Amino acid sequence: MDTIVSLFSSVVRMSTPILICALGAVFSERAGVINVGLEGLMLIGALFGVLGSFCTGSAFLGAVTAMAAGLLFALIYAFFTITVKADQTVVGIAFNTIAGGLTVVLYRVLLANSGVSQVKGFNTVAIPGLSQIPVIGPIFFEQSVPIYILYFLIPVLAIVFSKMNIGLKVRAVGDNPVACDTVGISVVKVRYMTVLFSGVMAGMAGAFVSMGQLRFFTEGMISGTGFIAFATVIFGNYTPLGVLRAGLIFGCASALQYKFQTSGSAVPYQVWIMLPYLITILALCLYHKKSNAPKYSGVSFSKD
Amino acid sequence: MAYLEMKHVSKYFDRVAANVDVNLSIEKGEVHALLGENGAGKSTLMNILYGVYHQSEGELFLDGEKLHIKDPKDAIEKGIGMVHQHFMLIPELTVIENVVLGMRENKAILDLKAAAQKFEAMSEKYGMHINPWVKVDMLTVGHQQRLEILKALYRNANILILDEPTAVLTPQEVGVLFKVIRQLTAEGKTIIFISHKMNEIMEICDYCTVLRRGRTVQTVKVSDIKDKQELATLMVGHAVELNMHKSIKEPGNVILKVDKLTYTNKLKVDKLKEVTFDIHEGEIVGICGVDDNGQSELIKCITGNETATKGHVTILDEDCTHAGVRHILDKGVSHIPEDRHNMAMIKNLSINENLILMALKKDGYSKHGFIDWKWVTKHNQELCREYEVKTPDVNELAGNLSGGNQQKFVVGRELDRNPKILVAMHPDRGLDIGATKYIQRRILAEREKGTGVVLVSTELDEIMELSDKIVVLNNGEVMGILDQKEATVEKLGLMMAGERMPGYEKESDALD
Repeated sequence: MDTIVSLFSSVVRMSTPILICALGAVFSERAGVINVGLEGLMLIGALFGVLGSFCTGSAFLGAVTAMAAGLLFALIYAFFTITVKADQTVVGIAFNTIAGGLTVVLYRVLLANSGVSQVKGFNTVAIPGLSQIPVIGPIFFEQSVPIYILYFLIPVLAIVFSKMNIGLKVRAVGDNPVACDTVGISVVKVRYMTVLFSGVMAGMAGAFVSMGQLRFFTEGMISGTGFIAFATVIFGNYTPLGVLRAGLIFGCASALQYKFQTSGSAVPYQVWIMLPYLITILALCLYHKKSNAPKYSGVSFSKD
Repeated sequence: MAYLEMKHVSKYFDRVAANVDVNLSIEKGEVHALLGENGAGKSTLMNILYGVYHQSEGELFLDGEKLHIKDPKDAIEKGIGMVHQHFMLIPELTVIENVVLGMRENKAILDLKAAAQKFEAMSEKYGMHINPWVKVDMLTVGHQQRLEILKALYRNANILILDEPTAVLTPQEVGVLFKVIRQLTAEGKTIIFISHKMNEIMEICDYCTVLRRGRTVQTVKVSDIKDKQELATLMVGHAVELNMHKSIKEPGNVILKVDKLTYTNKLKVDKLKEVTFDIHEGEIVGICGVDDNGQSELIKCITGNETATKGHVTILDEDCTHAGVRHILDKGVSHIPEDRHNMAMIKNLSINENLILMALKKDGYSKHGFIDWKWVTKHNQELCREYEVKTPDVNELAGNLSGGNQQKFVVGRELDRNPKILVAMHPDRGLDIGATKYIQRRILAEREKGTGVVLVSTELDEIMELSDKIVVLNNGEVMGILDQKEATVEKLGLMMAGERMPGYEKESDALD
């Protein structure tokens, strides 16, 4: 029983950064902006979360710093892709490269020789009452605060997406921006908003990775989670609830990977490390029915 | 002062003038036509009124008040609605989501039920019922247009701009549309009706402003107009011969046989179901139907661009169902494809190069494997002269020519091959009257020479005028084959909408 509980509890933890990032990205993707730079944004969030926590001594302020950094970098991304109309894939790849270099430089200058090996991170908070429920309790209600916020965020974002005015605009803009323009929707504004939101979420997702378990930054620590989040949006058929389902599958793969690594089997551990990535590729190959994929994905909008 | 006025409006795109000093004045409650050839600047002018574009010069007035329209939102607020030629709908959303999309009155959490109630009351009132909860991509083109009209009315439009509204409708649907237009003007709403079809303007409009090359020519009262010849002359700027002269001719042997042709596409949709007809020498067979009812697939199966799932295509007594394009062309089939820009020519190559794309194997074009440019250029210059292609010289890039001239060289290239069978799909779509008539005459000339012609068109007038035999397609099935003499607009319209002629009743029900 304990193995199962610890496995599923780990699934929840592993899914969290993927889900946070993908729930942000599902909005910008639906509005027609492809963000290949999620990986880079998460890396920046991971570093700035630790930096913020290091400077202020508060995990909360660390998270805020990470989100602010995500917002700022998303703003740059939005400027290049929406205003300047540069190719989204190229800018996204450039972002990942820059983030890879920038975080290493900042980390070595500011943190590596600071003598600190851990900052304040997200502590596990057992929810009184709920955490007493057998099996369910320890899996879902003995987690850290960002995970509880995520529980709350999933239904809220699902409602925003399908029932609210802003969600309707987002869904419409990616499918036919010209038509949106003729009914008076500002395509540029909607796209900016979604990219900024996605940046905040990616920043937070990065902070969760660095401040959740390790509570410190290591170079390249996101190691593909941003790309997995990107894949999650596609595999989740571009809806928040689809993203939830897909994110849990990828989270499962990650959790299993750690389990198998430590299980001492004859299979080299490198094989298990491949698991989440392998599943990502397989999922995308098998799942090519992209019925909700926006028609104008990656296409800049200009009026005349 | 008139209700709506546009004064001295000009619009330049990168110094290309789309509108120059246009004046338009419209009274409340009238149906006002904007008549002009393709590229005359009708749509641009209306997009200025609707706020999609900004005029480079000039002023707009509504009810004596100066209008400042920055974007469509402003126009909607002033009670201006527009139904674009290419519908502005989001196919992935439901009808009601499309209706409320972007409205300022929307609450943060949408109340789609209340909106649907209001929408249904409205659609009831105008006799244009649409289920508010279905996805838009499930609607027929005719219903999508109704939705666009209702969407504008839902936003309280008092002035409704209809851009070429009849292009996608069957004659019966056009009747319904005209009824709605009359009902709207009776309520005091103003309609601006963009068209290049003279018949329709004579039928539904009160006034007509004619545009030519971006300028206003004249505004005329429609009841003062004698006949459509007069409107055509105004539109083109000189008298045009509208009537075609077609000789009476006995058709010869069968040269193309389409037998129970069925084509299933990648999405497992039957785009053609047991289509059967044949073509004789010296006969024009018109294929008529609303767009996307299997015409495109039929042509592709005949020319070898697609392979039929079942059935046979026999060209000159040889089964060519599975033959490749090259083989079919070599048998003497010429093809004027539906999409001039993507299928008929390569924009970044010169006219010279475009003209020899498929003729290189022939004698004279090449020597020892090298293109004989001297000979080719001379030959092509003659061809351009013969087919009235207006171009500075044959080394001009094909993409730089006007649509009419592009189509003329495509037609020239295809006819120069002396075809036994000519397959022409929308050969004059989007062309001005002059070019249209020219191409129609060329097709008739081919018929005189004994060529069998397959002509696909959505223009009923053209089909009825040119064809000897008319095949009506609906949803991939033949609704009936009519002789030119028996064809009327009403008959064709009903068949296009799915009514079967005696002898063409659905048999598949019994077989299933």
